[in-house]
Amino acid sequence: MYHTGNLVKELAEKHGRKRESLMPILQDIVKKHNYLTDDAMVAVATELDISAAEVYGTASFYTFLDTEERGKNIIRVCKTITCSMKGKNDIVSTIEDILKIKVGETTPDKMFTLLETNCIGWCHKAPAILINDMPYTDLTPETVIDVIKGYMRK
Amino acid sequence: MVTLKINDQEVKVAAGTTVLDAAKKLGVNIPTLCNHPDLCVAGNCRVCVVEQTGARTLIAACAMPVSEGMDIHTNSLKVRNARKHIVELLLSEHRADCTKCYKNQKCELQTLANEYSFGEHIFLDLVEDHPYAIDRSSPAFLKDDSKCIRCQRCVRTCAQLQHVSAIAVSHKGSHMKISSFHDRPMSHVVCTNCGQCVNRCPTGALTEKTYIDQVWDAIYDTDKHVVVQTAPAVRVALGEDLGYDPGERVTGKMVTALRQLGFDSVLDTDFTADLTIMEEGTELLTRLKKVLVENDHSMALPMFTSCSPGWIKFIEHKYPKMLPNLSTCKSPQQMFGALAKTFYAQKRNIDPSKIVSVSIMPCTAKKYEADRPEMRSSGYKDIDFVLTTRELAVMIKQAGIDFRTLEPTHYDSLMGTSTGAGVIFGATGGVMEAALRTAYEIVTGKPVPFNNLNITPVRGMDGVKEATIKIEGTVDEWKFLEGAELKVAIAHGLVNANKVAKAVSKGKVNYHFIEIMACPGGCLGGGGQPIPTSAEIRQKRMEAIYSEDMHMDLRKSHENPEVLAIYKEFLEKPNGHKSHELLHTHYIERESY
Repeated sequence: MYHTGNLVKELAEKHGRKRESLMPILQDIVKKHNYLTDDAMVAVATELDISAAEVYGTASFYTFLDTEERGKNIIRVCKTITCSMKGKNDIVSTIEDILKIKVGETTPDKMFTLLETNCIGWCHKAPAILINDMPYTDLTPETVIDVIKGYMRK
Repeated sequence: MVTLKINDQEVKVAAGTTVLDAAKKLGVNIPTLCNHPDLCVAGNCRVCVVEQTGARTLIAACAMPVSEGMDIHTNSLKVRNARKHIVELLLSEHRADCTKCYKNQKCELQTLANEYSFGEHIFLDLVEDHPYAIDRSSPAFLKDDSKCIRCQRCVRTCAQLQHVSAIAVSHKGSHMKISSFHDRPMSHVVCTNCGQCVNRCPTGALTEKTYIDQVWDAIYDTDKHVVVQTAPAVRVALGEDLGYDPGERVTGKMVTALRQLGFDSVLDTDFTADLTIMEEGTELLTRLKKVLVENDHSMALPMFTSCSPGWIKFIEHKYPKMLPNLSTCKSPQQMFGALAKTFYAQKRNIDPSKIVSVSIMPCTAKKYEADRPEMRSSGYKDIDFVLTTRELAVMIKQAGIDFRTLEPTHYDSLMGTSTGAGVIFGATGGVMEAALRTAYEIVTGKPVPFNNLNITPVRGMDGVKEATIKIEGTVDEWKFLEGAELKVAIAHGLVNANKVAKAVSKGKVNYHFIEIMACPGGCLGGGGQPIPTSAEIRQKRMEAIYSEDMHMDLRKSHENPEVLAIYKEFLEKPNGHKSHELLHTHYIERESY
């Protein structure tokens, strides 16, 4: 959990208070805090004078606008057919072993969340994962351990 | 004008008319589901597809405006096949346990399925594998996602008519659904329980929570004395569910039917509507005196009416700072409930714990209101069960009563006598008109200066109405109001209520008294009224209400002999100690989502 403080107000000043300001405001909150808390969504609704259900409806449509608590680093493993055929399942179980969490879960220290995602456009270098905004490709169980350990050291 | 052909028949319609409406003009029926006359076009269910010669794909008749020379076919092989697939695809995601469903035989999807008479379905049934939830948290209605076809009538209703948007579309693809803020229970969000969505849902996804069985149990329990009250708007709409055209008044037959159902006493909410006028009128005059003359700002102006429980919940969520502006009067239903287990029990010498108090309401929010913890002034739950107009029609059918052949009878006495002022509570502007009929006469000793007491400026279907009444010839006690202009406003439908509330909160308007009803047209357009609804149907119900008023011997609340008697025998005086104990209430600030 985080406190939005003045963030939503500042973002409304920056992006405006029209209906079309909703997406950039939500994106900026997620950029800063990784996910949207209920309080943040209610604050956005209040600023824009729209309903909180509408804000949630918009957020829930987009995979990258999370409404559940997420760790500092969000790992998204591509689950689409090419990555699946090229060993995505091994990648997932390797990550699950290192972090001791299942897909959909967050580590107790809130450092990592492990998710699956639809195609991220790296089929030619499958299997691929995304950590925050950074893609990692041509992975094997060995190389993915190094990638994750790199983030653990950060 | 635009000329086009539909099924080889030529028709001329105004530019901008949809293909659907042009077809209607020719008597050609195109099936619809997501379309509703009160709502904007959605075009998402695709049931209304028709073929346009020369067009590559089928078009949605509800969303397509006509164009010159169009050649439309509504019943070609291509259309029939497509429509059949569309309906079947909708059914593949709809839990079709029709015989167990509350909407059985009243479901628009079922009607379509019937028309297209399916044998074996060709699509997989996807309902079984989906973890659908049924939200039973509200005392007023159920939300069953397994029956939802995502036509979004409810979403549009909640946004466009009510400015609440307690529900919106969430998620996407096969996970798309209609949800509240972060899927919270409907009882824990901004939902006002108005039931407008329930009234427009084409399937059984949104239905009122029914208490029919509980009421039957009470009736069959010989140990219980079951009293029933009927709201003003029920008598002008009940007929619609029993084979009558909209706008038929069935008051007398309804009273007979209720007696035949086995209620021990058939009484009238209009009686407490009259009582509300005495309490609320007095409260208004007191507030005017305190604020305008004594400069005592402990009381707030303008005063909002408080009869509509949907409006109450709306203001509690959205404008909590204005709660002091709400009249403290309970709604007529709750005044009735509080008196049934006190005054009525004493007079009839019945143990109040043995009384079961039932009300028949055009409203789903009344179910919620009856459940509010404040509504126990009698020491018991003041109202035990609330049934909608629709539920009463179901009971009448269950009992095998041939409604058409019933002889009309009168309400029982003791809280059964009412005036035309009580009746018009059922239409937007009615509470205002009833209040003015009484308040003006208290202040000036003369009837309101309108022909036949019909205060026409406050009537009609405009979303927001305003009127100014000049007060002249005041009696001594109210001399300070001499020459004053009483400014009033009326809004119906929460989208209009919001406009007025916003203007008041920003200090942009200068009203003294504001009537607000949560539903379009007032209670006659309530969420518990017969389905379907439309502007024309509501207009007919409104005409019926005013005609009922004109046919009453007494048309001013302060002339209701039972109201005068109850003050003499029990309540002492309006806004007196006992009234405050039983007939007034308080409000609670609620979350904004």
